[in-house]
Amino acid sequence: MRVADLATASVLILLGGVVVFDSIRIGIGWGTDGPKSGFFPFWLGVIMIATCVAIIARAWRRSTDTPFVTRAQLVPVLKVLWPATLMVILVKPLGLYVASALYMGFYMRWVGRHGWVVVALCAIGVPVLTFLVFETWFLVPMPKGPLEAWLGY
Amino acid sequence: MGVENLLLGFHIAITPFNLFVAVVGITLGTVIGVLPGLGGANGVAILLPLTFTMPPTSAIILLTSLYWGALFGGAITSVLFNIPGEPWSVATTFDGYPLARQGKGGQALTAAFTSSFVGALFSIVLITFFAPLLAEIALRFGPPEFFAIQLLTFSSFIGLGGGDPLKSLVSIVLGFVLAAVGLDIVTGQLRMTFGFIDLMKGFDFIVAVIGLFGVGEILLSVEEGLSFRGIATGMNLRVVLDTWKVLPRYYRTFVRGAFIGFWMGFKPGGATPASFMSYAFAKRFSKHPERFGTGELEGVVAPETAAHAAGVAAMLPMLTLGIPGSPTAAVMLGGLIIWGLQPGPLLFTEKPDFVWGLIASMYTGNIIGVLMVLAFVPFFAAILRIPFAILTPLIVAICAIGSYAVHNSMIDIWYMLIFGVVGYVFKKLDYPLAPLVLALVLGDLAENALRQSLIMSQGSLAIFVTRPIAGAITAVAIFFFVLPVVTPWWRRRRGTPLPTASLRET
Repeated sequence: MRVADLATASVLILLGGVVVFDSIRIGIGWGTDGPKSGFFPFWLGVIMIATCVAIIARAWRRSTDTPFVTRAQLVPVLKVLWPATLMVILVKPLGLYVASALYMGFYMRWVGRHGWVVVALCAIGVPVLTFLVFETWFLVPMPKGPLEAWLGY
Repeated sequence: MGVENLLLGFHIAITPFNLFVAVVGITLGTVIGVLPGLGGANGVAILLPLTFTMPPTSAIILLTSLYWGALFGGAITSVLFNIPGEPWSVATTFDGYPLARQGKGGQALTAAFTSSFVGALFSIVLITFFAPLLAEIALRFGPPEFFAIQLLTFSSFIGLGGGDPLKSLVSIVLGFVLAAVGLDIVTGQLRMTFGFIDLMKGFDFIVAVIGLFGVGEILLSVEEGLSFRGIATGMNLRVVLDTWKVLPRYYRTFVRGAFIGFWMGFKPGGATPASFMSYAFAKRFSKHPERFGTGELEGVVAPETAAHAAGVAAMLPMLTLGIPGSPTAAVMLGGLIIWGLQPGPLLFTEKPDFVWGLIASMYTGNIIGVLMVLAFVPFFAAILRIPFAILTPLIVAICAIGSYAVHNSMIDIWYMLIFGVVGYVFKKLDYPLAPLVLALVLGDLAENALRQSLIMSQGSLAIFVTRPIAGAITAVAIFFFVLPVVTPWWRRRRGTPLPTASLRET
């Protein structure tokens, strides 16, 4: 837990530093008509750095040694994450409906080991349903790919 | 005058279309409340794009009904599956699940739904009478008062939220920083964009809500390895009627829970601590405190009354001040802006049909809600029997669709994934997420209020203490800010141990 705590606080300090740096660049003082653009973010950055330093100091003194995440916990998390990332990458070439169908089908088959019928039913049924709700009923367009183009949308 | 307005509201809320919308909202909301990883806030966020083409009053009725449904839905999983679908139903599991194991699931659920309804009704009645008064007072507020209220909002997360005060502060500041990214609307200056065009638009809090609460929560649930072993509902009309005969016995618990819920709920931080507090009070004042935790009906009544009262009370500051009391209320506030309404005290005079339609729909929505959940519990409970390998990718895909739909922008899906990972890490390290979301929503408003106040005072911070209303609010806010520092010191002097239980709020 300690390592994760320290790492997160350090990243946030770095972020605070970036905020302070950029705020100083655009001005943190009093402009012609009130505080300049950097005024508010500058102090946010300062508070962030100060608080994270306090968190680090505290974590250094007392912190549990229970691991932040065990291997047994991390594996199922990554099994959700990397296919999801792949899905987002595929949205551009294939469209959101096809990408989400592939993602759902893949995950159900790979992790859940469900039968092909169930997988096909869910993976195709759900995108079709969302298509009907979003595109035809509420007229909210989603990114579409070659399949939709071939079907004439 | 209040009654007249309320009648006007009922006129709007009881049209067939709006009743239909309420039924749809409650059904979806209950489903969302039952599903792990989809709570009220991100359920509302995902459905928000669908309301863009609806009339605003129907749209807000849909979203609020969804919220009531989610509040009811949380109780179902707590009682039957020992899984709190929402953080505020954690306390419901203490006695609800033992009751279900003793074959009294029907009683527990009836008690939970009825208490929810009573708590909600109490808050709605208070809103009906107090909201117009508060709006009238708020009309006289200037920038210093509004900034003081913002301070109060965030200080109550630190002082009363129950989480780690330092980490709460970091969450708040991070939310404000994310809100500041992009165009500064006062000066037209670009901030923290570092030349990236995608950063110019800034971060949308709706996408943040979907990522932090939706994807983050899913990652947490798969980590714990979901296995649902539910208990049959055992619900029928006879059980419902028999339980209703017993419930009036607990009228003290109802009243206490409703007051705690309303008091905690209209300030941020709300529903979860309220449910725990109400449970603790019920136990302390009970004649048989030792029975709590083993299946005492009162132990279900107490947290549910408070949680639902708090959930409804969170709408009060959203309506009257334009400052939401919970992430769900924040998403609704975002909706108001998108539908072209200006949230805040002026809403009461400029859009009375909207405001009173909404308030009336709270009555109708909760009545429809309690009847629907009582009638269809087995159906809703069956949802959790769907294998998690089907639910998980389904929820992730729905989150992706929802985030894209907010602005029709591809980058938002990436933000959703990143916020998901951030939400997962933050939740594990006890950084509260609700203050981050609220800060992201209120960032521009808070900054403008601060800058305008400073312009009024020629740069002196004294303006927040010298004006009477602002001064009083600031004083309370400062009190909350120092509370975490003072409490341990005070406890040490009196020799009472620190409480070890920490509450989480989403």
